[in-house]
Amino acid sequence: MVPQEHPLEQLLRSDRMPHIWCPGCGLGTDLGCYLRALSGMDLDKVAFVSGIGCSGRAAGYVAVDSFHVTHGRGIPFAIGLKVANPELTVTVWGGDGDIFAIGGNHFIHAARRNIELNVICINNAIYGMTGGQVAPSTPLRAKTTTTPYGNYEHPFNFSYMAAASGATYVARWTTAHTKELTKSMREALEWKGFSFIEVISMCPTTFGRRNGFADGLEMLKDMKARSEVKNFPDLEDTDIGEKIVVGKFVEKEKRSYLEEVKQWR
Amino acid sequence: MLEFINGDVACAEGAIAAGCRFFGGYPITPSTEIAERMALRLPQVGGAFMQMEDELASIMCVLGASWAGKKAMTATSGPGFSLMQESIGLAAMTETPCVIVDVQRAGPSTGLPTLVAQGDVMQSRFGSHGDYRTIVLAPANAQEMYDLTIRAFNLSERFRTPVIVLSDEVCGHITSGVDLREKVDIENRKKPGSSECLPFKADEDLIPPMAVAGEGYRFHVTGLTHNEKGYPVTSAEVQQALVTRLVDKVEKRKGEIVDAEFFMLDDADMCVIAYGSEAGSAKKAVKMAREKGIKAGLLRPKVLWPLGNFEDYVKDMKKVLVVELNSGQFYSDAKCWNRNTKLLGGYGGELHRPDDILKVMEVF
Ligand SMILES: Cc1ncc(C[n+]2csc(CCOP(=O)(O)OP(=O)(O)O)c2C)c(N)n1
Ligand code: SF4
Repeated sequence: MVPQEHPLEQLLRSDRMPHIWCPGCGLGTDLGCYLRALSGMDLDKVAFVSGIGCSGRAAGYVAVDSFHVTHGRGIPFAIGLKVANPELTVTVWGGDGDIFAIGGNHFIHAARRNIELNVICINNAIYGMTGGQVAPSTPLRAKTTTTPYGNYEHPFNFSYMAAASGATYVARWTTAHTKELTKSMREALEWKGFSFIEVISMCPTTFGRRNGFADGLEMLKDMKARSEVKNFPDLEDTDIGEKIVVGKFVEKEKRSYLEEVKQWR
Repeated sequence: MLEFINGDVACAEGAIAAGCRFFGGYPITPSTEIAERMALRLPQVGGAFMQMEDELASIMCVLGASWAGKKAMTATSGPGFSLMQESIGLAAMTETPCVIVDVQRAGPSTGLPTLVAQGDVMQSRFGSHGDYRTIVLAPANAQEMYDLTIRAFNLSERFRTPVIVLSDEVCGHITSGVDLREKVDIENRKKPGSSECLPFKADEDLIPPMAVAGEGYRFHVTGLTHNEKGYPVTSAEVQQALVTRLVDKVEKRKGEIVDAEFFMLDDADMCVIAYGSEAGSAKKAVKMAREKGIKAGLLRPKVLWPLGNFEDYVKDMKKVLVVELNSGQFYSDAKCWNRNTKLLGGYGGELHRPDDILKVMEVF
């Protein structure tokens, strides 16, 4: 029998397998969607940047030019790559802590510039890598190692924030929506401007087990059951609560950063 | 071509001459004129200027641009330099050529934003966590802001390491005639030869050739301890091998880097050591001392780190006086060369006056 190559094989660094992610973690599925979205693109011209976190480890696995930089600073590094070589398609991939806590300021400014980056945030509502501390997306009352009595801080709505900051393409899906997520990722990769995808994902190890979930599968089923697809909803109604509104939220025309630079030069 | 410009503008012109085509920065006195000049000049030469949201972003976009194949720099002063430190460590670890200009002002904290000091000498050497080596150049006037910025780019390309131009407020702001040289020597990073590339495998000179994004190598770069392939490895051996090379590539080759001015030292028995704009006052003081019959000379390091082997020049002196605008950040190393070494330090706000230095020399 001829050994079959996995269809995504050439997009993965197989010499780096097995990956470090826990069984039941959403990250493998999320990255699988991204790899499918990539297929057919000129991989020599794709650069993949991430900061630090479980999510950030994705940079080590994707077989394109990849950069695993300082915590929260993936976006400004990616800006340097893109502006210095506009031929590149640049993805920034990171956790909710990486992109919206320590890196939040870079996120809003990159969106404001409508700069040609594709930012993907894996929102697992927790700091996975450091063992389960509260994140800016942790739901009220959830238990984490630094909110042992329950979280008393209101979470961000990342997608709303992206839109308000100037992102011209915004979509939100969960790990359960692999087909839709893959399609959105491809659209985002080809978008001329700042695109943002929020992936509601699961960390069974540090979030699930402290909050009443047996494993990753149970979390996946839960987020699927709570999802409601709405394209172009009123963003005020997209806060994550009992319901998780998913879909394509924003797709609008606006000159991108590099187009503006050309205009004024 | 002689132009009357200040040191900050000269620095920007030096950068352009050296081939810098990307600048990312955030305004801060007394370095702002560098950013302003780059904003004007870079578009004229096909480069890109970006004013970022802070210094964390400034240094990071510079590293990104460098990995896209551009020569890139940022300029700042103390508070911004502090913010950049984590990513200067990333640049050292990932061997990313880049130039960081720190036009020093008095600190700590916001300190005296408009006035001179030399308090960042140690920070420029070891400001980021962990063990690594940087190259730190200390210009003393507007001409050297031009010349040493060019040298900074060349060294950063040759050694694949961040190079810091450690200037100060006086050096940045004093206007004088600067020769914008018609011919400058330019160095570029080594490129990998074949299509196979181990991006962190060094040649004999301890430096790996540098692939850049978009060329088809599909390499990985990480701030984690990594092997020659660039892949993260959690092991003491790999850590030992990697950091040894990062230190050695600068320390073992420091003969190519170290540079200094020696003034009236041949027959001297008293050596004054000063650098940056303090060296101007010190040189004047040495001349005045000579008129009074004191056999003094000046040693002016143009490269602060790696530390030069200046012991041979200094060890037989009867007296050594280190003059600097801090509490002895260079003195702490320099005093090892000669037992009779004293410090004339200070905390900034103004340069030492030549007669004040002379007074100390007279009673030494
Ligand atoms: C400057 C800095 N502060 C703190 C850390 C420690 N740290 C590593 S990952 C992380 C948070 C990870 O959470 P998130 O970004 O949500 O990613 P996840 O691990 O959940 O995918 C933190 C705080 C660090 N590496 N650098
Ligand atoms: S800790 Fe959580 S986020 Fe990290 S790999 Fe495990 S399950 Fe995934």
